[in-house]
Amino acid sequence: MPDGTLLATTGLRAGYGGKPVLQNVDLAVRRGEIVAVIGRNGVGKSTLMKTLMGLLPASAGSVTLEGRPIDGLPAHRRARLGVGYVPQGRDVFPRMTVEENLRVGEMLRNGPVPRADYDEIYASFPILAERRAQRAGTMSGGQQQQLAIARVLIGRPGLILLDEPSEGIQPSIVQEIGQRMVALNRATGLTIILVEQNLDMIRAMAQRCYVMDKGRIVAELDAEALSDRDTVRRYLAV
Amino acid sequence: MDVLGAVAASLFQFGDTFAFLVLSASGLAIIFGMMGVINLAHGEFIMCGAYVTVLASRAGLPLPAAILAGALAAGLAGMVVERLVVRHLYSRPLDTIVATWGISLIASQGTLILMGSTMQGVGTPLGSLEVGGYHYSGYRLVLIAVALALLLALYLFFNRTRFGVLARATIQVPHMAEALGVDTRRVYSLTFGLGAALAGLTGGLYAPTMTMVPTMGATFIVEAFVTVVVGGADVFLGTAPAAAVLGVVKAGLTAGYGQLFGQIGLLVAVIGFIRMLPKGISGFILRERA
Ligand SMILES: Nc1ncnc2c1ncn2[C@@H]1O[C@H](COP(=O)(O)OP(=O)(O)OP(=O)(O)O)[C@@H](O)[C@H]1O
Ligand SMILES: [Mg+2]
Repeated sequence: MPDGTLLATTGLRAGYGGKPVLQNVDLAVRRGEIVAVIGRNGVGKSTLMKTLMGLLPASAGSVTLEGRPIDGLPAHRRARLGVGYVPQGRDVFPRMTVEENLRVGEMLRNGPVPRADYDEIYASFPILAERRAQRAGTMSGGQQQQLAIARVLIGRPGLILLDEPSEGIQPSIVQEIGQRMVALNRATGLTIILVEQNLDMIRAMAQRCYVMDKGRIVAELDAEALSDRDTVRRYLAV
Repeated sequence: MDVLGAVAASLFQFGDTFAFLVLSASGLAIIFGMMGVINLAHGEFIMCGAYVTVLASRAGLPLPAAILAGALAAGLAGMVVERLVVRHLYSRPLDTIVATWGISLIASQGTLILMGSTMQGVGTPLGSLEVGGYHYSGYRLVLIAVALALLLALYLFFNRTRFGVLARATIQVPHMAEALGVDTRRVYSLTFGLGAALAGLTGGLYAPTMTMVPTMGATFIVEAFVTVVVGGADVFLGTAPAAAVLGVVKAGLTAGYGQLFGQIGLLVAVIGFIRMLPKGISGFILRERA
């Protein structure tokens, strides 16, 4: 795409059974951006992420990745195009070890993953290295969150959908995760769509921000608006 | 010497029952444990494996190769059944039971029409050997070894291979496996095929010891279901311990009071188990650990 758009939606609608949630969502994310989607509980942020990933079918509208529509693709095909999903609640494979969880993430990449990539992941998430043989279900929330992130990073995605990474995690780890994601974005040009309600996390990571309410995008905040704490707080309470 | 002989004889009796339970149940356990599908056509996959084995063996294939052919044929049949029927019913477990029951009837009646009410079998190979005054069937000793080897092979397959890891991920959190790039439909299809192939393997292994009739699958089905019910959803934590416990009960009662009491004891033991451990042995172990 000439303007560098990586992912865009037009008129996206989706819901559960007969219940509509997303109503005409239009958004566009450029390559290398970190864009936040904020809004109160239950406005449809996670629904948006699931629809982008292909876990939930869109009832209308379209999603394009690098300009190509991906509406017909099931989630695993989207993943193999380099879309990494880190869900709210983390969804680690509880009865598999840390290392086995990472091995599943290899599937994002259409080729073998060299051992050096594991060393790199373990170097940036020391807690995972320490617990590589431990069952994921026995770890704390913060550790599981790091695993869920590492599990997509092992597949070298071009885009990460990160759904409320700060939820239920102690502040020091939240900060650490935020810094690591920003560093990755700077170093590799990784694009991130971040759903978040934690003000500090939003301000630490996002370069731009969509505000969602009742299944629609109701405002867009640029870097300048984001730098003002009170503005963001007001929109979080919309 | 007499005591040693008697101990060896009861060990053999136990091993024989254990092998039968493990081999009968493993295919059913994988399909139930990995996919939550209760496959009432399990006996017919066993029958399919047995028939193909006998036909291949009579056509001149050496018995081990004929047994593998039987397993392969049942596995392919399983993948076809999954593709045409089971796949469309994953969200409707009760319908799956009815559908696989229908498939079971069609398969056994179809075989009756095509192949007649009995078919000439193949003899049991390997003769017998005598230890301490007791005679043992060499082939049954092989079956015991195969059952143990199969448990080990399945364990390694699900824990050490890439497909095994992806399959376990798929049962534990299906939507997440899918979102990480796992083609979960393909995993289900291959898993169902693997379960059916194991049933076929069992049919092939026992074919030389049985009369070939279209309803021969029924011989295995009670033991198979009983073992899976007692074991619960996890193949490794469930099936092997369940087969061991039930093997002791059944072999003990059969040795003391005969076949009929062995069977009755087995069923009574199952009722007891369900009362005490409704989620089976593996459900109990997993809860203890969690
Ligand atoms: N699986 C589901 N089935 C039916 N309705 C659902 C389901 N998941 C979410 N919903 C409903 O859809 C609406 C949007 O939910 P969603 O999870 O997208 O909100 P959210 O913005 O992510 O909220 P939160 O900040 O609490 O995570 C809510 O009304 C919710 O109750
Ligand atoms: Mg949410």
